[in-house]
Amino acid sequence: MTTVPADTSTPTSRRRASMLIDNVTWYFRFRMALDRLIRYAVAVGGVSIIIAITGIFLFLLIEVLPIFTPASIEVRGHYRVPGAEQAHTLHLAVEEQNEVALRVSDNGELTFFNTRSGQVIQQVWLKLPNHAHIVSFANANAKQATFALGLDSGEVLLVRHEYESTYVDNTRTITPRVEYPYGAKPIVIDPQGETLRRLAMQEGDDGITVVAATEDERLLLVSITKQKSFLSEDVSYERNTVTLPYPSAEVTHLLINKDQQQLYIASRGGNLSFYDIRNKAQPKLLQHLAVTRAGANLTALASLTGGISILVGASDGNLSQWSILRDENNNEQWVKFRDFEPLHKAIVQIVPELNRKGFVAIDEGGGLGIYHTTAQRTLLQRNVSALPLRRIGLSPRANALAVLDDRGTLDFWLIHNPHPEISWSALWNKVWYESYPEPKYQWQSSSASDDFEPKFSLTPLSFGTLKAAFYAILIAVPLSIMAAIFTAQFMSPRMRRSVKPSIEIMAALPTVILGFLAGLWLAPMMEKNLLAILLLFIALPIGIVMTSYLWHRLPAGLRFRVPEGWEAAILIPTVVMIGWAVFMLGPYLEQGLFHGNLVEWLGNPNKGGWLQGWTIDYDQRNALVVGIAMGVAVVPIIFSIAEDALFAVPKHLIHGSLALGATPWQTLVRVVLLTASPGIFSAVMIGLGRAVGETMIVLMATGNTPVMDLSAFHGMRTLSANIAVEMPEAEVASSHYRVLFLAAMVLFMFTFIVNTLAEIIRQHLRKKYSSL
Amino acid sequence: MKNWFKSGAPWIWINASAVSINLLAVFGLLALIAVRGLGYFWPGDVAVLEYKTKQGQVQKLIGEFWETEQVKAEVLRSNGFDIPNDMLQVTRHVLKVGNRDAYGADFQVILQANILKQEYPKDVLVVVRREWGNLYGYLQTISQAGQTVTTRPQQAWQEFAPRMRRAIDLYDAIKQIEKKQLGTINAKLEKIRLQSRRDELEQRMTADKQHAYDEQRGRLEQERAGFESRLSELHEQINRDSFSVTIQDGRSLTIPFSKVVKAYRPNELGVLDKLGMYLANVWEFISDDPREANTEGGVFPAIFGTVMMVLIMAILVTPLGVIAAVYLREYAKQGALTRTIRIAVNNLAGVPSIVYGVFGLGFFVYIVGGNIDRWLFPEAAPAPVFGTPGILWSSLTLAILTLPVVIVATEEGLSRIPRSIREGSLALGATKFETLWRTVIPMASPAIMTGLILAVARAAGEVAPLMLVGVVKLAPSLPLDTTAPFLHLDRKFMHLGFHIYDVGFQSPNVEAARPLVYATSLLLVVVILFLNLAAIRIRNHLREKYRALEG
Repeated sequence: MTTVPADTSTPTSRRRASMLIDNVTWYFRFRMALDRLIRYAVAVGGVSIIIAITGIFLFLLIEVLPIFTPASIEVRGHYRVPGAEQAHTLHLAVEEQNEVALRVSDNGELTFFNTRSGQVIQQVWLKLPNHAHIVSFANANAKQATFALGLDSGEVLLVRHEYESTYVDNTRTITPRVEYPYGAKPIVIDPQGETLRRLAMQEGDDGITVVAATEDERLLLVSITKQKSFLSEDVSYERNTVTLPYPSAEVTHLLINKDQQQLYIASRGGNLSFYDIRNKAQPKLLQHLAVTRAGANLTALASLTGGISILVGASDGNLSQWSILRDENNNEQWVKFRDFEPLHKAIVQIVPELNRKGFVAIDEGGGLGIYHTTAQRTLLQRNVSALPLRRIGLSPRANALAVLDDRGTLDFWLIHNPHPEISWSALWNKVWYESYPEPKYQWQSSSASDDFEPKFSLTPLSFGTLKAAFYAILIAVPLSIMAAIFTAQFMSPRMRRSVKPSIEIMAALPTVILGFLAGLWLAPMMEKNLLAILLLFIALPIGIVMTSYLWHRLPAGLRFRVPEGWEAAILIPTVVMIGWAVFMLGPYLEQGLFHGNLVEWLGNPNKGGWLQGWTIDYDQRNALVVGIAMGVAVVPIIFSIAEDALFAVPKHLIHGSLALGATPWQTLVRVVLLTASPGIFSAVMIGLGRAVGETMIVLMATGNTPVMDLSAFHGMRTLSANIAVEMPEAEVASSHYRVLFLAAMVLFMFTFIVNTLAEIIRQHLRKKYSSL
Repeated sequence: MKNWFKSGAPWIWINASAVSINLLAVFGLLALIAVRGLGYFWPGDVAVLEYKTKQGQVQKLIGEFWETEQVKAEVLRSNGFDIPNDMLQVTRHVLKVGNRDAYGADFQVILQANILKQEYPKDVLVVVRREWGNLYGYLQTISQAGQTVTTRPQQAWQEFAPRMRRAIDLYDAIKQIEKKQLGTINAKLEKIRLQSRRDELEQRMTADKQHAYDEQRGRLEQERAGFESRLSELHEQINRDSFSVTIQDGRSLTIPFSKVVKAYRPNELGVLDKLGMYLANVWEFISDDPREANTEGGVFPAIFGTVMMVLIMAILVTPLGVIAAVYLREYAKQGALTRTIRIAVNNLAGVPSIVYGVFGLGFFVYIVGGNIDRWLFPEAAPAPVFGTPGILWSSLTLAILTLPVVIVATEEGLSRIPRSIREGSLALGATKFETLWRTVIPMASPAIMTGLILAVARAAGEVAPLMLVGVVKLAPSLPLDTTAPFLHLDRKFMHLGFHIYDVGFQSPNVEAARPLVYATSLLLVVVILFLNLAAIRIRNHLREKYRALEG
């Protein structure tokens, strides 16, 4: 529109011209504004895209971080303990929604109160026999919120507290209820009616087991088993009473484990006796051990959830975990599994979590500690009061805690502790799991059983990843680098033009197809022809050298018919023939040397031959299969970059070397390879990065078992395959989910570092060439 | 000899052999996939054998030769076969005997040496069924509504074709009603349910509205009842005819026509007939839905899902990649920062794809999708709409995964354009944006195109991240259909690559499904190689076109 020449000779045309100039300036301004706008838009867009893609790392980090943060607690209630002030508190409990708590006092009063305000919701007075008093307390069933009260009449009352949620207009009301699973009338434990000074009890589906130390120094073991008659629905009870030969006056703590098979008796001086009470009529002393340091007393005893470990708290503030170790003869022995970071004063109480292997401990100095056993982790240690603490009650989800101090003040704390079971050392070091004979690296994220503890060790997965990458690189590096050398330096340009893209196109082959071929074609084929495939690695080089020698001895006239640089084409039939010959020969060799079947021979040490006594298990989907399949996937990547590096070596260097009389091979080794070595190195690095992150091939071509050995005939489980298998099932924000994110981050970091290294080297190389 | 070694020639030859091995690996793999994949569609002859079993009895077998291999005699001996001591290897066949409902397994392994008699009678019938796989046997009788129509095999075969056609027409009609009409009604009902739920949540539900909803619901229910009675009518009709077949052990099986996809007599077909059938099979494979837990039938939904996902990804990735590249190359100040960014972008291309999958699941699905659900679809709760893996998240994840490819390729293209062109344009008074828009970007378009095609090729073959963000083994409906809003970005989809993994490794009958996996692989390889070659062709073509300018 600005191309009309302006005629300025007449007034009208002058006016028109000025309008035109106005238009032009307007248009000019518009263009400038647009230009500026686009500049900002592109800058904002470009920067945000770049931030977004680098944000991946940040996001992974954010998802991973919570597993390493310690626990935190915040106070939500602070009030005088509800119920009778002067009575002694035997037990504190918080229900699942953290709204209602229970205090059990030794005057027979059960007080349900609001956790935030301390307001009493309901009070229940236990119906005790005339003139009987409560003297002892025991947790009888942690999952069912059942406890036992020992009376001075030699009886025990079993009490359960339950809660019912009702919704009216979307508001929740929780109504507590008290039940008596064995009736409101107490069970007689001591027929002589003596005071039950110390008590331990366990209630289960089949009955109850009670151990009580009486005032007159007897230690009674009473079991009441439910007997269901087959014909009618009637239930009868069978009672069994034994007096344990134990100096009862010494007893400070009693504990029975969850399945009513073990009894632990603590006596003064920090001694603990372990009894096997599977046979209730004949308790058997297993061991007698000092479980605290010399001079310290045992002050708290609790059974870790699962019932195989116990937690011991001592008067010097030490905390330790003890568990059973079985030797090969199935002899059981109790040993100390681990110590925890001690609190400062004598331990008052240890409360295990219900669903995880963690626990909370309090001490005489107002200190509170939150721990996890398997991860050996101290999640929190803090003084929550200036006074000694008396009792704590942990909610079933372990996310709230009622703490009672010496002066009758009750604090209600919320606990934020979502991932206690993960720690840096548990992820990478050996971990000693309960009932394992020794510390171990183990990945086992889920199981059908309920009592199962997930085992998150990334070591076997990382090992598997590196093993797979190692075998892949072992196969890919020689193939690709040698091919790159030949293609870049010796091949005729015409052949190079078609060979290079042919090999490079293999990089586009989806790995799912390579994985499928590896798993369903190569793996069975290799199992049948193992010897032939192993022989191939030896026969090929020898055969090729022989072929080249024969070629060299061929009459010159024939030899020169094929132009230089076409050796690779000549060798194709040779390679095919060697392969065919080896596969034909394989069975005969196996018959002669390995009794007909190499795989079977390897796995059977008694079969004779010259590897007598060795066993090598053979998995059909093994590291060698993965190595070959992943090698095929990695070859084009290494080849392409290495070939570029070799080809880019300045020609005048090569010509100079050749002109000085060096053979082509000498030129290659001393000039070309040396100059291009950083490029080749970076090619290998990038190939390695690719092999480490490859998912589908490993997923399909290995058995995906997280074992740790270097055997070429065993499978492995890699980080990437593990993510692919488990991620869809992992519950969002669970520890498992976050550990899988960590696995992804490990992969990300590894490949990023390797690739950056390779990239920097490559850029450096480029600069060097441009100066040459 | 010594001199020859000294000259280094053997080493050069060994290097050359690496090239040969690589080439053999490339073309060998492609050939393997091609041969196995293409062989899948050929209707093989059905052999009738007299076979001596391990126990020495003579058994009659009817089936297709599936696979033949040489097995070490030692392996068989340890499995209890009686093999003469001087034999090293034994020829073993896998015979597809079908009739899974009758024998329990589709295959029988037989030794060549124990085949007593082998013939190919013309009247052996292959019945491809909707359930239980193939059936091999002799056609005996045809019945209509419980009455036997004919008992003479030859007449039965003549009667067979028209009844088959009728059954297939009816089957198509049933499917049409079930999928189209009933599907639409169900979609409408669901929409009404969500609308009324939304009204309730926002407390805008009035008696009038409630009434209107109920009325609509009632109308739709009525419509549905109409279709359902029509359906039961059709079911009655389709179940009218049945036929009986004698199988290898002499038993007679009665099969309703409604359960049959097709039936043919392979041994009487000529090469041309077979070729026709071959093409029909290829077409069926490409255009049909899968059957029998994906191990039979076609892969159409997988092709559709793959293409759809890749298209959405291409739409997302192109502007993002081009803007980032233009910023990096044209607007950003070149220095240490851009160099670092460039290295970072390059390296993102090397980050394992599964990591992108984890990111996509955590960020797109759970965070972005979860929030979209909370804000836009509160009525659907607790069922997630976007807060669950789906095609949109898959496309987005793959867009991020392939972004570096597009950025790098575009930058490469921009850097090739000579400075003189930009300076010329600027000197003529064009602004920077005009220079970019009118000259630079058109000239860089081949590079952009190449990057895009490479991105598409990469995305089409990628499976691992998709397993986390949206792919399923069997999607009930396609992401694009005739019910509003037509494009359903929240749906899960099927994918060729995942199909290969799923059928090859997770299906109950891997042996029977393997040829299908080869065929699917072939399809995927062809698509991806085609895309890659297209990228190369386009690059070369456009480079030619702009060469005059570049010079």
